[in-house]
Amino acid sequence: MHALLGQLPVGLSIGAVLLLVALGLNFTFGQMGVVNMAHGEFLMAGAYTAFVLQAWFGAQSVLVGLPVAFVVVGLMGLALERGLIRHFYGRPLDTLLLTWGVSLILQQVARDVFGAPNVDVAAPGWLAGGVDAAGVRLHYSRLFILALAVLCVLAVGWYLARSRTGRQMRAVTQNRQLAACSGIDTARVDQITFFIGSGVAGVAGVALTLIGPIGPTLGSTYIVDAFLVVVVGGLGQLRGAVLAAAVLGLLNAYAEFWSDASLAKVVVFAVIIAFLQVRPQGLFVLRSRALT
Amino acid sequence: MTLTSPPAAGTAAPPPAAAPALPRWTGPAAFTAVLLLALVVVPAVAPPFQINLYARYLCYALAALGIALAWGKGGMLTLGQGVFFGIGGYAMAMHLKLTEAGPGGLPDFMVWSGVTEMPLLWAPFASPYVALPAVVLLPGLVAAVLGWSVFRQRVRGAYFAILNQALAAAFVILLIGQQGLTGGSNGLTDFPVLLGVDLNRPESQLGLYVAVVLAVAAVYLALRAFDRSRLGRLLVAVRDGEDRVRFLGYDPTVVKTLAYTLSAMVAGLAGALFVPVAGIISPALFGVVPSIELVIAVAIGGRYSLAGAVAGALLLNLARTSFSEQFADGWLYLQGALFIAVIVFAPRGIAGLAASGRELLSRLRTRRTAAPAAGAPAEGGTP
Amino acid sequence: MTGTAPAARPLLEVRGLRVVFDGFTAVDGLDLTVAEGELRFLIGPNGAGKTTLIDVVTGLTRPAAGQVLFDGTELVGRREHRIVRLGVGRTFQTSVVFERLSVVENVDLAAAFRLGLPRLLRVRRGVSGTVAEALERTGLTALADRPAGELSHGQRQWLEIAMLLAQRPRLLLLDEPVAGMSRDERERTGELLLEIARDHTVVVVEHDMAFLRSYARTVTVLHEGRVLTEGDVAQVQADPRVREVYLGRRGAGDEPAVPAGGEVG
Repeated sequence: MHALLGQLPVGLSIGAVLLLVALGLNFTFGQMGVVNMAHGEFLMAGAYTAFVLQAWFGAQSVLVGLPVAFVVVGLMGLALERGLIRHFYGRPLDTLLLTWGVSLILQQVARDVFGAPNVDVAAPGWLAGGVDAAGVRLHYSRLFILALAVLCVLAVGWYLARSRTGRQMRAVTQNRQLAACSGIDTARVDQITFFIGSGVAGVAGVALTLIGPIGPTLGSTYIVDAFLVVVVGGLGQLRGAVLAAAVLGLLNAYAEFWSDASLAKVVVFAVIIAFLQVRPQGLFVLRSRALT
Repeated sequence: MTLTSPPAAGTAAPPPAAAPALPRWTGPAAFTAVLLLALVVVPAVAPPFQINLYARYLCYALAALGIALAWGKGGMLTLGQGVFFGIGGYAMAMHLKLTEAGPGGLPDFMVWSGVTEMPLLWAPFASPYVALPAVVLLPGLVAAVLGWSVFRQRVRGAYFAILNQALAAAFVILLIGQQGLTGGSNGLTDFPVLLGVDLNRPESQLGLYVAVVLAVAAVYLALRAFDRSRLGRLLVAVRDGEDRVRFLGYDPTVVKTLAYTLSAMVAGLAGALFVPVAGIISPALFGVVPSIELVIAVAIGGRYSLAGAVAGALLLNLARTSFSEQFADGWLYLQGALFIAVIVFAPRGIAGLAASGRELLSRLRTRRTAAPAAGAPAEGGTP
Repeated sequence: MTGTAPAARPLLEVRGLRVVFDGFTAVDGLDLTVAEGELRFLIGPNGAGKTTLIDVVTGLTRPAAGQVLFDGTELVGRREHRIVRLGVGRTFQTSVVFERLSVVENVDLAAAFRLGLPRLLRVRRGVSGTVAEALERTGLTALADRPAGELSHGQRQWLEIAMLLAQRPRLLLLDEPVAGMSRDERERTGELLLEIARDHTVVVVEHDMAFLRSYARTVTVLHEGRVLTEGDVAQVQADPRVREVYLGRRGAGDEPAVPAGGEVG
C-alpha cells in the first residue's frame, strides 16, 4: 500500500513533464493541425538556451532561461512556419516528413555547436533537496516542474479564453474560412499560434534540464510521448491534454512499478489503442466541421 | 454533424493522373533488363563485400515496396514499418541462433546473461517449419490486429502515423529492456548456418544476394498485380475518399487492414532476409529513425510508384554509404536537406520527375508530328 | 406514367424522426413514406432538414429518435456500407468521384461491391454489362477511359449517377443533382431522372423550382424539420403555407432559394 502510494507523486511528476512537452503541441497540432516533428528539437533548443545562459547567470540560468527560451524558440518556430510549414497547410503527412527533415538538421546543428555528449545544466541551489511527505520523498525540482506545468496551463488557458488573439485562434480552428470572412487575419493568427506553441516548447525544454543532462537527441526521447498526449486528450483540447498527461504519467509510473520500464511502454501503448476503441477522437472532442 | 459531402483524404501531394501511355512492351522489357543487370552483371563486376552491401540495400528496398503500397496507394503513413522488419528479423535470427546452439542448447547470449532454461517464446522457433512462416505471419498478425482496431474507429492521417511511431518506440524499448530474451541493444548476431548451408562461404553470400533480388522482383510483381486488381483500385479510392467508398457499399476498414497487413508481411520478409545477409539484427537497425528513413526513401523514389520505392531505397542507401565515408556529419545535414527538398520540390519523387519527363517528351513528339494542324484540343468533350 | 400509385407498398418509411446537433434540432418529428416505384421530390427552404434526412437514411447521421424502415428493415444503427448493401444508394451535393481512377474504373468499382475477395483480387477485364449499361444510360460511354478528374461538373454528377445505377439499388437518393449545372445539363439530367425513375424508386432533394416544375410528380415540402405538405406539383405550388415559407426568404422563383453549397441541415 505504501509503495503504491509512493508511485503517485512519481506518476504526477511524469505527467507534469508530459504536459509541459505536449502543451506546445496543443497550439501547433491542436489548433492548427500541423504535425511538427521538430517540436522535440524545439525542446532541445530550449534546454540548450538554459545551458548557454549558464555562462552569465550560473545556477540561476534556469529561471532566466524560461522567458528567454520562450522568445528564442518561439522565433525559431515562427521562422519554420513562415519558411516552410505555411506552404503545406492541409497536407499534414507531408508536413510531418518535412519537419522531420528539419529536426534532423537541428540535431546535427546541436551536435556541431555543443558536441555530441550530454551536458549538465546546474539547477539553482534552492531546488536541491526535497521534502518527505507520508514517507515519500518529493524533490523540489519535481515540484517546481509540477508548478511550472500548472502555471503554463493556466496561462495558456487564460490566453485562449480571454485574450483577443486567443479567441481569434479558436475561431480559426473552428472554421478557418468563416474566420477569414469575418475579418480575422488568419495568416497572422497562424504565426502567433506557432510562435506561442514553439515558445512553450522552449519553456518545457528549460524545465527538462532539471531532470537530467541534456543532449542533441533530447527531443527524440519526448516527441512520441508528447504527441500521444494530444492524441489521447483530443485535438486542441487543453483540459484533455491535462487529463491525458496525468493519466499517462500515472499509467507509466504504475506499469513500470508492476512490470519493468520496457514492458511499461508496451502496456501504455496497448492501453492507448484500447482507449481509442472507446473514444477514437480522444477524451474531449472539439465539435467542428472544419476538422473532420 | 452532417456532412453535405464526405471529406476527401486530402493529406498528400497530388497523386499523378494517368501515366502517359508507353508501348506495351517497354514495361516488361525494362523489368527484364533490370533483373538481368542485378542477377548477371552486378555479380560479375562487383567484389563480394559490395554484393553483400547491395543485398542489404535490397532488403530495405523490399520494405520500401511495402510502404509504397500502404502509403502511396493506400494513404496510410506507416512510420513504424521497422517494427515489422524487426519482428521478421528476430523470428529468423532466433531460428538461426537455435540452429547454431544445436538441439536442446541455449543461444550463447542467454548463457552469458544467466538464462538457464529455454524461454517459452523461443522454443517454437527451433523448427524451420514454424520460424520461416512466422517471419511473415507474425508481422502480418500484429499489423492486422492494430490496423483493424484503429481503422475501424476511423483513426487516420497523422493520428495513424503517430501511433505507428509510438509502436516503433515501444517495440525498441521492449527489445532493449528484455536483455535475456532478445539480446538487448546488442541484438542477435553471429549466424553461421541457414537451413544447413554454411553462411560464411562466399558462394552463400552470392546465393543470398540472388535470393534477395528474386524476392524483390517477386514482391514487386505481386504488389503490382494487386495494385491493378479491383482491390488495388479500391485501395486508391479509399485513399482519395474513404467516406465515399462507404457509400459504394464497401467497408474501408477491411481494405485498409488488408493493405497494411500486406505491407507488414513484406517488411517482415525483408527483415528475415536481412538477418543472414547482414549477420546481425539489433534494435538500432529498425527503430523510430530507420523506420522514418524508409518512408523518406519511398518519398525520394516516388510514393505513388512501386518501382520508385525500390529505386529510392537503393539510392538513399548508396548515397549514405558514399557520403558518410567522406564526411559523416555532413551526411546528416544533407539527408535532412534532401528530405525537405523532395517534399517541397518533388513530392512525387524521382518517379514523378521521370513521368513528367516522359510526358514532356511525348508532348514534344506529338507537337512535332501534329504541329501544322492546330486543330481542336482533345479537352472538354461533352457527350 | 404520371401520378403515384397509392396501392404500391411502401419502400421507405420514416417515422417520428428527430435529429439534434449540439442542441439544435434539425429534424423534429418527421414522417415520410415513399412507395415502391415512386419518383419523389423533397423541397424546402435552407435548413429544412432535407439533406439531414438523407444523411439519416444512409447512416451518416444518427437520429435522436425515430425509425427508418427500408422495405420493413430498420436502417437506424446500421453502418453506411451495410445500408448500401441493402439497396439504398445516394449521391452528394458536391459530387465525389475518384479523380485518379478512370470513368470506367469508377463505375466498375461501384458495380463490384458485392464481389468476394478472390474476385476483387482479379484484374478487371473489359467492361461488364452492368457497367456498360450504366455508362450508356448516363451518356458517358465516350469518356469511359478518361480520368474522372478531367470531367466537367455536370459530367461528374452523371458519373455519380452512373455509379449508383451500376449498384442496382432499390432506392436512389439524389442530393441536388442539378445544382451548379448549365441549362442544357439540367435538361439532360431531368430526362435521365425520368428515365431512371421508370425502373427505380427515386428521392430527389432539389432547390431548383424550374427543374421541379418540369420533372417532379409528387413533392414533399419540408420546413423546420417537419413535413409541411405533400402532393403533386400544382397542389404544392398553390398551397399558401408553401408560399409563405418561401416568400419569407426569397420567393419561389426560377432561382434556387439559396445559393448551392451553403446547405446546413
